[in-house]
Amino acid sequence: MYKKRLKKVGKYQYELPIEKGMRVPGRIFVSEKMIIEEDSLKQVANVAHLPGILKYSIGLTDIHVGYGFPIGGVAAFDMDKGVISPGGVGYDINCSVRLLRTNLTKKDILKDQKKIVEALYRKIPSGLGRGSKFQITKKELDKLLEGGARYVVEKGYGLKEDYLHTEEGGFIGGADASKVSERAVKRGIGQLGTLGAGNHFLEVQYVDEIFDKKIAEAFGLKKDQVVIMIHCGSRGLGHQVASDYIKKMEEKYGFKDLPDRELINAPIKSQLGKDYFSAMACAANFAFANKQIITHWVREELRYLFPNVKIDVLYDVCHNIAKFEKHIINGKKKEVCVHRKGATRSFGPEREEIPEAYRKTGQPVLIPGTMGTASYVLVGTKKAEELTFGSTVHGAGRVMSRSRALKKLRGREIKKELNKKGIEVKAGSWKSLAEESPEVYKDIEEVVRVVDELGISKKVARLKPLAVVKG
Amino acid sequence: MKNGKFKFLPHTADIKFQAYGKNPEEVFENSALALKKILVEDKKIRKKIKKNIIAKGKDYESLLYNFLEEFLILFDSERFVLSEIKNINIQEDLKLKAEVLGDSAENYQINEHIKAITYNEMFVKQEKGRWIAQVIVDV
Repeated sequence: MYKKRLKKVGKYQYELPIEKGMRVPGRIFVSEKMIIEEDSLKQVANVAHLPGILKYSIGLTDIHVGYGFPIGGVAAFDMDKGVISPGGVGYDINCSVRLLRTNLTKKDILKDQKKIVEALYRKIPSGLGRGSKFQITKKELDKLLEGGARYVVEKGYGLKEDYLHTEEGGFIGGADASKVSERAVKRGIGQLGTLGAGNHFLEVQYVDEIFDKKIAEAFGLKKDQVVIMIHCGSRGLGHQVASDYIKKMEEKYGFKDLPDRELINAPIKSQLGKDYFSAMACAANFAFANKQIITHWVREELRYLFPNVKIDVLYDVCHNIAKFEKHIINGKKKEVCVHRKGATRSFGPEREEIPEAYRKTGQPVLIPGTMGTASYVLVGTKKAEELTFGSTVHGAGRVMSRSRALKKLRGREIKKELNKKGIEVKAGSWKSLAEESPEVYKDIEEVVRVVDELGISKKVARLKPLAVVKG
Repeated sequence: MKNGKFKFLPHTADIKFQAYGKNPEEVFENSALALKKILVEDKKIRKKIKKNIIAKGKDYESLLYNFLEEFLILFDSERFVLSEIKNINIQEDLKLKAEVLGDSAENYQINEHIKAITYNEMFVKQEKGRWIAQVIVDV
């Protein structure tokens, strides 16, 4: 039992002591009342087996079972002795969240919620049955994979400020389209500008409460202001990149010595490790570009309904990614490879990676809630840099299985419930509504309370949904 | 489900199933039908389009992974949804050939998108005279 072995080392902090095979301990950041699956702790321990892992293998407050690494898992690796693992990033590479702020207030749109939902649903396909209107040649796609949001803005889909207010400036450097397989390209080329299914959504929200007035002001947020949240990833292209490199790494290194087949990895500086990073960066850039195209379409649609509307990008954060970043290790600043799987970067003030507009406050951290519940804007902290390699949670963390959710909850009833709360919703299928109902997740209020008290990110504002579009 | 082709098992975040068969071909076929069920439930899919699938593996698990992945690629790139497997053959050197029939996804309500097949808890084995495969897919 891993749970029994947890040792309290501070408020909301537990250590999973080193056992056979683990190179470092585990560190879990949870409150007493949270349910933690035994299997997710086992995954924290498994990750600690990997070569070159530094300090500890982290399970954040929203931890749940993933493949290889847990979701809500963070691990940093030494650049020379360490590894890079597709399982530490996930199949949905750069599954990420972008928040748009508008000059509208809740009052301005209350009468038009239904119209807004219809318009956005029509314009932005889930990409399952219907295809995307965004057509692109293979040659252009290669440029997009290397240029991300910046490339599509240069093609007329948005403003320079959009990509400047995106993690990594809208594209991860070191991307090389020649490292992405034809099959991955085939899966993704028709999916730009689509949301995808699962937990991905587009939500029109309003600022329900401000917790830190000064920082909210710096982020351009006011009470009752309308904001729009886009949650999606790299679609089939990213999934295939993950799958391709898992296979390549298995072929090259085998998985016999690993505690779990899904922890397959390659040394960071090996050819295969470098190739994976270049391909992963392409997938990440696809996701940035995807949200940029969707942003452009949101602007177009809302301009029809509200001719004077102004929409700009507050920020855009990655939830599934590996990055080379500088962190303090044993008192010395050095470059390491941080894997964040279902985790958000949470850099405090002064980090040069943050856009200038937020360098004094720390970066915005965007935490989507589940359909019908609140989402949060937090701010990154120095404390996160000390405790979690500059990371915090990414969401609420799932507690109920999908099949159980389907039995217990009916899509139609959920829609009725949401409508009663004043939320308009349009989803690709009733089933997808039931699967993503608020009941299947950990309480986001508790997750956010704990990370705020821990100080690995601080509350700035709570957002509540008015209209939801789901794949 | 008695003598069923496949059944779904509980899983927190994703979808887990077991498929059964008299031989490897049948267990592979039933695994593909489980994928189809995830996408479109029990809707009847017309047999309008024919596709040939070729997959290779180093063991039954990797062959199953590669075989099932072909359906994800066909779905994402050509919107192909499976109706039935017409022929399937697995050679001793673990090369698989299959002829499959189906239709364009545009004509149906799609319930779910599958991101990836995973190796998590995956097995293909013979037990008491029948073949069982277990797969978790990332959705």
